[in-house]
Amino acid sequence: MNLALAFDVLLAAALLWSAWRTLSTAQIDRAVVMFIVFGLLLTLAWARLAAPDIALAEAAIGAGLTGALLLDGLAALKRTDARRPARRTAGKVMVRIAVISVLGLLAGTLVTALISLPPAPIRLPAAVAGDLANSGVSHPVTAVLLNFRGYDTLLEVAVLLLALVGMLAVGLPPAHPGISRNSMLPTLARYALPLMVLAAVYLLWAGAHRPGGAFQAAAVLAAGGVLLNLSRLQAHWLPASRAPRLAIAGGFLLFLAIAAALLAHGGLLRYPPEQAGLLIVLIESGLTVSLAVNLAAFFLLRSTPENGQIPPATAPRESP
Amino acid sequence: MPLLDLLSGSLLLCGAFFFFAGTIGLLRFPDVYTRLHALAKADNLGLGCILAGLALQADSMALALKLLAIWPLALIASAAVGYTIARRADRLGIVPWEKPKP
Repeated sequence: MNLALAFDVLLAAALLWSAWRTLSTAQIDRAVVMFIVFGLLLTLAWARLAAPDIALAEAAIGAGLTGALLLDGLAALKRTDARRPARRTAGKVMVRIAVISVLGLLAGTLVTALISLPPAPIRLPAAVAGDLANSGVSHPVTAVLLNFRGYDTLLEVAVLLLALVGMLAVGLPPAHPGISRNSMLPTLARYALPLMVLAAVYLLWAGAHRPGGAFQAAAVLAAGGVLLNLSRLQAHWLPASRAPRLAIAGGFLLFLAIAAALLAHGGLLRYPPEQAGLLIVLIESGLTVSLAVNLAAFFLLRSTPENGQIPPATAPRESP
Repeated sequence: MPLLDLLSGSLLLCGAFFFFAGTIGLLRFPDVYTRLHALAKADNLGLGCILAGLALQADSMALALKLLAIWPLALIASAAVGYTIARRADRLGIVPWEKPKP
C-alpha cells in the first residue's frame, strides 16, 4: 500500500515537473518532446485512477496523434525558419507576475468552491447502473457516451469536424518536401498496419462491454494513416480530394440521421431499448471511419505544391 | 508454487536491471548512436524479461499469451525506430563517437 502511494506521489510530481518543463523551456522542440512525455505520464495517471477508457484515449490521441502533429508542425516551422527568440524584459516580467497572480487567485477560488460544494443530490453511478440493462450495451462508459448523453458525443464529433473546416479555411500547409527514404519504415508499416486495423476493429467491438469504443478505434486507424504517410506508402490528401470528405461527413451524417429519425419517436437520441444495441453499433462503426479520417486529415491534408506535383506514393527505394 | 514465484521475481529483477542500465546509458553515453544502443537493450531485453516475469504470474493462459504478444511488437518497433534515428543522424553528418586517443 505504501509502495503504491510512493508511486502515485512520484507520478504526480513527474506530471507537474513535465508540465512545468513544457511551459518553461525556451527551446520549442524540447517543449514538444516534454509535452509528449506529459501525455504519457497522464496516461499512467488515468490508469492509476482506474479509468482505462480515458487512459486509452489519452495514449492514442493526447500523446500519440497530437505528438505527431506537433512534431510535424515543428518541422514546418523549421523549414520556414519563423522562430523568434523570446526576450525577457522588465515589462514582460511584470505582466507575467500579474497573469500568474490572477490565475492563482482563480485557481484558489475554484478549489474552495469545490471543497465547499454540497454532495450531489443524485447518485449518478447508481442511476447509470440502474438503467444499464435498457441501454443496449453492458459497458457503463459506452452507455453514457452513446445513449444517456448521446447528444454530447454528437456535438463532440461536430466540434472535430469544425476544427477541420477551420483548418481548410485558414489554408493548408504545404506537403513535406522529402523525408529521407528509408526501407525500414515501409517494412514496419506493412507489418504493423494489418495489426492496427485488427486492433481498431477489436476496440470498436469491445466498446459494448469493456473499455474501448469509436474514439479509441479511430485514433488507432488514424495513427495507421500517419504511419503510411510517413513511410511514403500513402500520398498526402489534396484539399479537393473527395473520398476523405465523404468519409468524414458520412459518419457524422449517419449519427445525425439516426438522431433526427428518433426525434419522431419521443426525443433526441432516445433509443427504443430493443434496438439500442444495434443502433449504437451502427453509430459507432460510422463514427470510427469518420473520426479516423478526420484525425488523419489534420496530418494528411496538405495544399497542392507550387509546382503542381503531388508527392509520389511509390514504393521507396534505398538511395545510395 | 514458490519456484514459480522465484523464477518470476528473478525475471522481473533482471528486466529492471536492463531498464536501469538503459536509463544510465541514455543519460551518460557520449553520442546518439551509443545512446540508441543503450535504449534498445532496455526495450528488447528489459521489456522481454518483465513481460515473461508477469506472464508467469498471470491468472489465465490467455492473459499470459497477451502479455507475451506485446514483446515481438515492441521488438519490431524498436528495431525500426532505432534504425531510422541512427540513419537520420548519419545523414545529418553526426560522426560516431570514438575514444579519445591518449
